[in-house]
Amino acid sequence: MVKRTLTEKLAILADAAKYDASCASSGGERRDSRDGKGLGSSGGSGICHAYAPDGRCISLLKILMTNFCIYDCAYCVNRVSSHVERARFSVEEVVRLTVEFYRRNYIEGLFLSSGIIRSPDETMADMTRIARTLRQQEGFRGYIHLKTIPDAAPELIEEAGRWADRLSINVELPTEQAMQALAPEKSPRTIRRAMADVRARREAAQDKSHAGKRPARFAPAGQSTQMIVGADAATDGQILSNAAQLYGSYKLGRVYYSAFSPIPDASQLLPLIRPPLLREHRLYQADWLMRFYEFSPGEIAPQGGMLDLEVDPKMAWALAHREHFPVDVNRAPREMLLRVPGFGTKSVARMLEARRHRTLRYEDLLRMGCVLRHAQPFITLPGWSRAPGLDDAHLRARFAAKPEQLSLF
Amino acid sequence: MQVITLPLIGTVAAWRAEARRLAQQGVRPEEVLWQRGERAADLFAQATPQGATAPPLTLPREAVAAMEGALCHSDPQRFARAYDIVLRLAQGRLRWGDRSDPALHKLLMQEKAVRRDIHKMHAFVRFREVGAPDAPRRAFAAWFEPDHPITEAATPFFANRFGDMDWIIATPDLTARFECGALRFEETRTEFRPPPDATEDLWRTYFAHIFNPARLMVSAMTSEMPRKYWKNLPEAELIPDLIRTAPARARAMQEAAPTLPHAHVAKLRPKRPE
Ligand code: SF4
Repeated sequence: MVKRTLTEKLAILADAAKYDASCASSGGERRDSRDGKGLGSSGGSGICHAYAPDGRCISLLKILMTNFCIYDCAYCVNRVSSHVERARFSVEEVVRLTVEFYRRNYIEGLFLSSGIIRSPDETMADMTRIARTLRQQEGFRGYIHLKTIPDAAPELIEEAGRWADRLSINVELPTEQAMQALAPEKSPRTIRRAMADVRARREAAQDKSHAGKRPARFAPAGQSTQMIVGADAATDGQILSNAAQLYGSYKLGRVYYSAFSPIPDASQLLPLIRPPLLREHRLYQADWLMRFYEFSPGEIAPQGGMLDLEVDPKMAWALAHREHFPVDVNRAPREMLLRVPGFGTKSVARMLEARRHRTLRYEDLLRMGCVLRHAQPFITLPGWSRAPGLDDAHLRARFAAKPEQLSLF
Repeated sequence: MQVITLPLIGTVAAWRAEARRLAQQGVRPEEVLWQRGERAADLFAQATPQGATAPPLTLPREAVAAMEGALCHSDPQRFARAYDIVLRLAQGRLRWGDRSDPALHKLLMQEKAVRRDIHKMHAFVRFREVGAPDAPRRAFAAWFEPDHPITEAATPFFANRFGDMDWIIATPDLTARFECGALRFEETRTEFRPPPDATEDLWRTYFAHIFNPARLMVSAMTSEMPRKYWKNLPEAELIPDLIRTAPARARAMQEAAPTLPHAHVAKLRPKRPE
């Protein structure tokens, strides 16, 4: 094989990495380099340094170490049976790209994953070596996210957690059947075991021992995962209850949903579709409601199991549960205010604060950052007389997204 | 009527000292004309000792932080508005956080705008190497155009992040210089754009290839990365072409027939683990 230039490798291995949705660089340890002895800082909310025309944030240098892979996951551009061009970075090349991009303020750090070459252990060992070199040799204090290989040896995962801020393992597909059919070499059991292991190590790292000695650091920014949406027949209800279980069982920081996207050189097993972007968007909204608005997955996903594509899940819930409305903004408890469409956690906090001093009026809500167009039918308070009634049969139509929105291609 | 001219460098600290002094003297908001200008470095020096002798006003810590943020806004009325709010808070005529007060509402909105501007500066500054790559401390420079005079508030972030290199960030208002670990500010005399840097080609390669043409969503990009920033972003010159060619690229992927794997593939694949 001809030797590829660094530019060619970067092109191939960024192409190979772009289907992973995760790019977060938030949380974790607070570090800086004010002492002049290293490079970088982290902690707090991560920064999106650029946006690609697909609207996705570019926060990390997201690349594969190599896109050679001996597995054959049907949805993946890097599967062994695909004809894409292959490349492999050396350890030094990844280190150099990360440091040089970082110094120019292009990125917050590195998100490294890899195809599986020869064996899971060898692949994981090489990835760990990159993280170690960055930390030890380059004094790099920016963010590092490593995609761990589920079958890799525990010592390797342990070392990865020492250098990385975040570890992730993708569950990839929402159901076991889909996994069998589309990712034949992967085992849901191994993946879950690996997640449980990361959780246990993180908890151990947070415990001080009786002697007061601090244990070695382990992935302080937590773990995350990704599920591909639309490659199999799983419903939104199944996806969300799966996510709720992942948040609960493995203390995941985030579950990412990635609309199955056309890839170059598709597999016969999986015909290409337009990526269901609106569905992906609704899943993120529903996920948000589960994490911050005290909704359970059973409440959000309606009977048929699929989220309403035309209205957002909070509005859909309110429309389907009109008996709980209108809500008296001056009296309702926090849980109920959070269920009002157009009210966010911040504006609800402001309402509760202000309510301690005086009666809220409609004009106040405007200044508190509420989306009143959405809230109007669902609230009562002084200064507002409900114009379109809750019993209005056309209420839903007022909020349904115009079909051309988010239409692509 | 008193005219208070705040210095271009150290504006917020000088305002604080002046506001404290004026409040002690019982000066009413409508008796002060605030401005920010060159002439004032010496005035700040006079103001400080007087301000320091006056006992400080007690205000909620959150209020001080938000006010100092809002003072980095470009609105010429910001100093007067903040002084009026300080007096009313201190006299118990205004409750911090009461958004039904139009002045406080405006101050909070401006603080939010400043926060966003600072965040975008942290995101979109692009350094170019201006020293030798093998120098003991490498040297970089950037030109950036924020909406508000935020240079002093926004650049300590870069000092924490890029502690082992020297750098300059020039803006139309002030220039921040970080040399051997010390951060200082000076007025910007002329626009200074450092020459392009070879690593920008690699960055553009990355930008072009991390983009998925099957997910084109231009408005999601421009709402977070408005066009006004593009002229100082080396990657932005690629955007029009990436947008233009995306639909055809996505269509080509869909229309290409699935391929059959090479014969040797079966041998490479491992068995499913248990
Ligand atoms: S293991 Fe599967 S998903 Fe991962 S790179 Fe290989 S083929 Fe793709």
